[in-house]
Amino acid sequence: MGQSLWFASRGTGLVTALLLTATTVLGAIHAGRVTSARWPRFTLHAVHRNLSLLTLVFLAVHVASAIIDPYAGIAWLDVVVPFVSTYHPFWLGMGAVAFDLILAVVVTSLLRRRIGLWWWRAVHLSAYALWPVAMLHGVGIGGADTRLGWVLALYLACAAAVLVAVVRRLLVRDPDRDARRRAWTS
Amino acid sequence: MDIVSATAGDATTTTPYRMRLLAGWADTGTTAGLAEHHRRYAPLPPAAFAGRGGPARLIGLVESSGLRGRGGGGFPTARKLAAVAAGRGPRTVVANGCEGDPAGAKDRVLMELAPHLVIDGILLAAHAVGAAEAVLCVHEDSSAIPVLAAALRERGATRTPIRIVEVTRRYVASEETALVSVLDRGDARPRGRFPRPTERGVRSRPTLVDNVETLAHLALIARYGDAWFRAAGTDDSPGTTLVTVGGAVNDPGVYEIELGLPIGAILQVAGGPLVPVQAVLLGGLGGTWLGPEFVRTPLSHAGCRTAGAALGIAAVIALPAAACGIAETARVLRFLADESAGQCGPCMFGLPAIADDMDELALMPDHAGRVAARLRSRLAVIPGRGACAHPDGAVRLAASALHVFADDVAGHAEGGPCRWVGQPSWMPVPAPAGRRR
Amino acid sequence: MSRTPLRLRVEPITCHAHGICRELLPELIRLDEWGYPVLDDHPVPAALLAPARVAVRSCPSLALRLDRMA
Ligand code: HEM
Ligand code: HEM
Ligand SMILES: Cc1cc2nc3c(=O)[nH]c(=O)nc-3n(C[C@H](O)[C@H](O)[C@H](O)COP(=O)(O)O)c2cc1C
Ligand code: SF4
Repeated sequence: MGQSLWFASRGTGLVTALLLTATTVLGAIHAGRVTSARWPRFTLHAVHRNLSLLTLVFLAVHVASAIIDPYAGIAWLDVVVPFVSTYHPFWLGMGAVAFDLILAVVVTSLLRRRIGLWWWRAVHLSAYALWPVAMLHGVGIGGADTRLGWVLALYLACAAAVLVAVVRRLLVRDPDRDARRRAWTS
Repeated sequence: MDIVSATAGDATTTTPYRMRLLAGWADTGTTAGLAEHHRRYAPLPPAAFAGRGGPARLIGLVESSGLRGRGGGGFPTARKLAAVAAGRGPRTVVANGCEGDPAGAKDRVLMELAPHLVIDGILLAAHAVGAAEAVLCVHEDSSAIPVLAAALRERGATRTPIRIVEVTRRYVASEETALVSVLDRGDARPRGRFPRPTERGVRSRPTLVDNVETLAHLALIARYGDAWFRAAGTDDSPGTTLVTVGGAVNDPGVYEIELGLPIGAILQVAGGPLVPVQAVLLGGLGGTWLGPEFVRTPLSHAGCRTAGAALGIAAVIALPAAACGIAETARVLRFLADESAGQCGPCMFGLPAIADDMDELALMPDHAGRVAARLRSRLAVIPGRGACAHPDGAVRLAASALHVFADDVAGHAEGGPCRWVGQPSWMPVPAPAGRRR
Repeated sequence: MSRTPLRLRVEPITCHAHGICRELLPELIRLDEWGYPVLDDHPVPAALLAPARVAVRSCPSLALRLDRMA
């Protein structure tokens, strides 16, 4: 029983990391205005949104199994308040920061029309901080697991995907944005 | 019809109700100080609109006078006054004295020659809408600023404090929502047509934005009444108006005329055409070209509408028969494109595109009519899709050029030489400082 | 029950030419040559209200609105 919870927690942790990476990559691709006939932008948008919700589901299981497992003695408070746990306070703290950020990003997204574009964007851009924080949590807390070949390869693949997506997003030329930059301001 | 002009030495019959705004200047030839202003018009009657029903009585009087805005839109002034008066919370009056359109000079002339009339108008408007503060917006470094500042000093403490605010010299910076934005956050770009400033203006409170000439007329209506005001002008466009006449006339300048005067007669007021004139640009740079029928077209809202034009700001530019309307239009379009605030797609991409098309029509053969067709389709898609009316003006100008100068378009299409090449422009636009692209 | 007719509007300053609205609602929205939506003033037909709402929700810049017709 104890063992299986522990595996559940680790397994869902890895799946969450994968899903979070996919969500972030799709978000950056979307913002980078990539389109194709197979992937019109509204599909991209829908997949991005739904993947983010799936991420939340796996995260919930990951967190729940980690707490229910008595081994590490993690309290509910440790999930939301960073750096107060007795078990790996730093690495678990990173997990808590990631948890808070992901909640903020998703909740503001669901209330997007209510809170207005400016606030939504401000919070949403923190996704670029959320991703590395969450990954650091996994790498750091994973301990011996992280040194497994396939786990390492997984992390590297995730990092490469995010890097490529972000660089694309920064390099892409968008006539609308360029024209706005050219215009006069006073 | 009597024509009363304000050119030096040309001030003929000065009947009190024809020469209204510039009467003092016509007599004395200088800026009217407070003493001269009081002598001519008498101080504002303080009791006339006092008490609980006073503001409503004033608005009623403006309503029956039929006064319409002189800032380009021609909107009934009383309706705006009533809308702001009905609003809640502290209200603001903004007097628009920027005159961003290079085709106009009348607001500057008015503010320099009769500053106290403008101040009276601001105070009356503030009283009518219950405003606690008033702002007079003028282009930065305008020569009217020292005159206005001196006039305000002469007044001492006014019932509603008036402050002068200098605004960037950009064409769209004096659009009403841009003024609100300047006052709120120093950003002189339009904010969008809805909600209107009368509902949500400065500090999100009801705000009256009126042209300075509109306010000056208000100052006279309050003194002399609606019937007096209507004794000049037409039913639909009562009163006098300041008109800026430019282009190929002998005495370009600002004149006060009765609304309804045919544009041909307006050119006569300005000393008559310098050379034969083929067309006039009416209403400012974002205005309408009128062919030879301009001679008979009355300068009134209804008269211009019948001629397929919009009165816009009262400005007339006479284009000589020898000049090329297409090439001149292309220059103005380039100017308007460069003046886009760059916030709305159809404006920031559409205006440069139609300026390019007009350039191409002027400079290159278009045997298949491809460029003209592309221009027409662009003109059909741009209007009404900006946050302000700036692109609509540019489209109006271009569309009327295609109509009025149809022969030139056909001539250029066949590769005929442009008559205009090598001639200086008649349009009051600065030479483009190299294409911004 | 008579419903107030609704009309699509775009905020010209906030619209950054993403074009998603057109992907979702080609029946009512076309794009100009620069990628900005061209809308007409007609009320949105009842059959298209659902996709219109999706389009409004999906606009990355929140520039598209469904307004009551005055
Ligand atoms: C785990 C949660 C989420 C993460 C990590 C995430 C991440 C991101 C990232 C990194 C971007 C690119 C931002 C940019 O570079 O400008 C983005 C864009 C976007 N996201 Fe999310 N997102 C999440 C959830 C959501 C949800 C729930 C919605 C629901 C509506 C949403 C809607 C959008 C939209 C519309 C954009 C496009 C912005 C644009 O194209 O300018 N996101 N997201
Ligand atoms: C977006 C948020 C999160 C992500 C992506 C994530 C991901 C991960 C990953 C990849 C691992 C390592 C699995 C392994 O290598 O074996 C892990 C382990 C773990 N995570 Fe998370 N996690 C997140 C949030 C949290 C939160 C909020 C908690 C708080 C309760 C938490 C508690 C744990 C625990 C206790 C472990 C196991 C440590 C171990 O096996 O030694 N995680 N997580
Ligand atoms: C691009 C643009 C520029 C404008 N510039 C001026 C201006 O310089 N002066 C002015 O009085 N109105 C200008 N207007 C009109 C104002 O928005 C506003 O309608 C006017 O000041 C209202 O005053 P009125 O009702 O007395 O005419 C401009 C409008 C646009 C669309
Ligand atoms: S329509 Fe043009 S000038 Fe007006 S706000 Fe939009 S970009 Fe600026």
